[in-house]
Amino acid sequence: MATTFTLNGDPVTIEGAPTALLLDVLRNGLGLTGARYGCGEEQCGACLVLVDGVAVHACGREVGTLAGRDVVTAEGVPEVIRAAFIAEQAAQCGYCSSGMIVAAAGLLGRVVRPGRDEVVAALDGNLCRCGSHPRIVAAVLRAAEGMAP
Amino acid sequence: MIANTLPKSLQDNPRLDQWITILPGGGVMLRVGKVEIGQGITTALAQIAAEELDIAPGRLVVTAGDTAAAPDEGTTTGSMSVEMSGGAVRLVCAEVRGLFLAAAAGRLERSVSGLSVRDGAVMAGAVATGLNYWNLAGAVPLAREATGAVSVKPQSAHRLVGTDMPRRDLALKLSGGGFLHDMVLPGMAHARVLHPPLIGARLEAVDAAVIERAGASVFQHGNFAAVLAGSAAVAEAALAVARPVWSGGAAIGPVMEEAGWLVGREAIHSHFGVAGEASPGDRIRAVYTRPYISHGTLGPSVAIAEFDGARLVIWSHSQGPYPLRRHVAALTGLAETAITVRHAQGAGCYGHNGADDAALEAALLALHHPGRPIRVLWTRADEFAQEPVGTAMSVEIAAALDAAGRPVDWTATIWSAPHVGRMFAANLLPFQALPEPPAAVAMVDPAPEGGGGASRNSVPIYDVGPCRVDVHLVQRPPVRTSALRGLGALPNVFAIESFLDELAERAGVDPVEYRLSILSDARARRVLVAAAEMARWARRGPAGTGAGLGIGLGRYKNKSAFAAVAVALEVDTEVRLRRIWCSVDAGLAINPDGIRNQVEGGIIQAASMTLKEQVRLGSEGIASRSWAEYPILRFSEIPPIETVLLDAGDEPPLGVGECTMGPTAAAIGNAVAHALGARIRDMPFTRERIAAALLAGG
Repeated sequence: MATTFTLNGDPVTIEGAPTALLLDVLRNGLGLTGARYGCGEEQCGACLVLVDGVAVHACGREVGTLAGRDVVTAEGVPEVIRAAFIAEQAAQCGYCSSGMIVAAAGLLGRVVRPGRDEVVAALDGNLCRCGSHPRIVAAVLRAAEGMAP
Repeated sequence: MIANTLPKSLQDNPRLDQWITILPGGGVMLRVGKVEIGQGITTALAQIAAEELDIAPGRLVVTAGDTAAAPDEGTTTGSMSVEMSGGAVRLVCAEVRGLFLAAAAGRLERSVSGLSVRDGAVMAGAVATGLNYWNLAGAVPLAREATGAVSVKPQSAHRLVGTDMPRRDLALKLSGGGFLHDMVLPGMAHARVLHPPLIGARLEAVDAAVIERAGASVFQHGNFAAVLAGSAAVAEAALAVARPVWSGGAAIGPVMEEAGWLVGREAIHSHFGVAGEASPGDRIRAVYTRPYISHGTLGPSVAIAEFDGARLVIWSHSQGPYPLRRHVAALTGLAETAITVRHAQGAGCYGHNGADDAALEAALLALHHPGRPIRVLWTRADEFAQEPVGTAMSVEIAAALDAAGRPVDWTATIWSAPHVGRMFAANLLPFQALPEPPAAVAMVDPAPEGGGGASRNSVPIYDVGPCRVDVHLVQRPPVRTSALRGLGALPNVFAIESFLDELAERAGVDPVEYRLSILSDARARRVLVAAAEMARWARRGPAGTGAGLGIGLGRYKNKSAFAAVAVALEVDTEVRLRRIWCSVDAGLAINPDGIRNQVEGGIIQAASMTLKEQVRLGSEGIASRSWAEYPILRFSEIPPIETVLLDAGDEPPLGVGECTMGPTAAAIGNAVAHALGARIRDMPFTRERIAAALLAGG
């Protein structure tokens, strides 16, 4: 059984059970460690990836559901978002950062120049234990400026 | 500045080459024993080193927390890294620079006084001499002891220290790497440990057949058992079907959740200070509590260990590679010299979480599987249920007052479980699971003069007259406890600052004015006034309107950074934070942006603990095993935060990582009391407690 989809712009075919979890396939199968294991219960957001532009939890997503879809991991988000996080120094330990930049990419892919409330709403499912929230919001707003036409 | 006494880190690791190596090709290696746990310490230490060496920071390679390649600086705890490690790095690098300048002067046959260093090159005025750290390295042996006698730069000469240098580790972490969780060794086995539900539980049976059918194998040694597989997915599947049978263990339940349960239990008693003459009946008293708190690291603990039959190497995100090595030696029977512990980054830990247990578990498994690297990963439920939690604490303050309502005689009585469990083998999971576990030992906290544990920040920084503190350290708490960010500082500062607001109200005096009337420490006064002004304290409204403004002040450990926090909030059925202001005096600021990041992070974490957090207990152990059962503050619940760092001139740098925790909890408590016109003395501030306070106060 094989599943073919687009991963960070390139086609990829995953052999094996369609019930394999995307997080395991990414990290242990493909060596893409941007999506992080935080809870395995779709509660923290550290493993977020974009599927057809929508942020979803890789820890609960079976790879068989991805046939023909477009998947983007933290490694594949627009560089301007990563640069904004660095410019704002929007992290402490950085473990949640992958999920944050993916959630940001999901928002900025559908909304041009979102307001602060929209950013907060888009990030509200992502947990950060270090307390970098204000900087993360500032980084997403900065990225939004950089991506706006 | 001439150092009269060397920092402890330098006394323990006196040779210059334990800290600095000039690398071929234009680099310099900085070796430090303090480790990166998300607080930005490797960036700050590199900044100090580059400053004193006069090199571009990009030339530095930092090796942190490696028992084979970096000095022993104990654990990375207590906001001491800039003070201890930074102090050592500053002196070492100044001395190394001085040695190279002296060597250059000898070569050039001229005096040192006309020479300087620019990015590692020796300059005579504006002219390059052709000599530099790299071509002089052979002539400047660093295998010599530091004297501490070389002057370090004054603040006025700093070019790098005091600037907002970006974190060295962020770019990699934002690109998918940077963590031990990402490390893979060839042939690595994936292990999941079958943890006991209760302390002291006995493992009666493991069904090896069902685990083997899932494609994994089982390893058992005493009450320790783990499943091992060639892939993470198979290990997870085996863990899901493994049904270990446990018996016994110390019974626990919800009745033990609150700090009040600890009061009156069997404990080790200690006290310090001397109370005044006031009789108990003449004292005003109140009791403040907080429950057990999870570290709540975002990334569950992980470790990799590899044993080649003679040498054992462990990669761990422990805060203390050398102390961990001592435990590994005790657990495995190997000599310390046969063991290397290498720090690799994990998610922020905020104290002693599952890191050390996971490392010891990997070490034990590796010892029994020579030639095969073993990776132990904890599940989210493991991290919540198995890590040592921050202890519950009950703090009773009793004070006699003068005619103006100011304290003249102060006592604090604290009931707590131990705050520091890391150094006791009997408090670490793999030791507890041995066929013959080590006997329980008296788990005592650090002494008050060393910062204390339950007693940390229990002595007010105010003028309160004679002061006595009694600590009752309960030795058999329902759950394993150990160090959590700030130890007793948060509950103690919450208690003191809440109590002062209650006394101010009693005296009919504004809380800030009241504090200033009993506060002679000039630096503390300055941060308090700064935060009050930021919050427009003078315009503070009446109590009981549903909107509150509160303030809290503290000097972490009574010797590190000063912080004042003011909080504006609203309360209906729950608390909504509206604005937070913070002022900090951290002495010489190495990296102001790094300080702001830590200070604000501490505010948010303390706010989360104060409003929401409590470890839940059930008959099967810790019952709060997921983020749904242990909620923390989210983006939508966090208000704008404004922070100022007060200029402290050339005062020595003070640790800041934990300084805002207590003042934040206190400011929220005081703001809630202001909003409600009734006080809540027990954390967290749940709906039930808000309703109860209104009923009692109304």
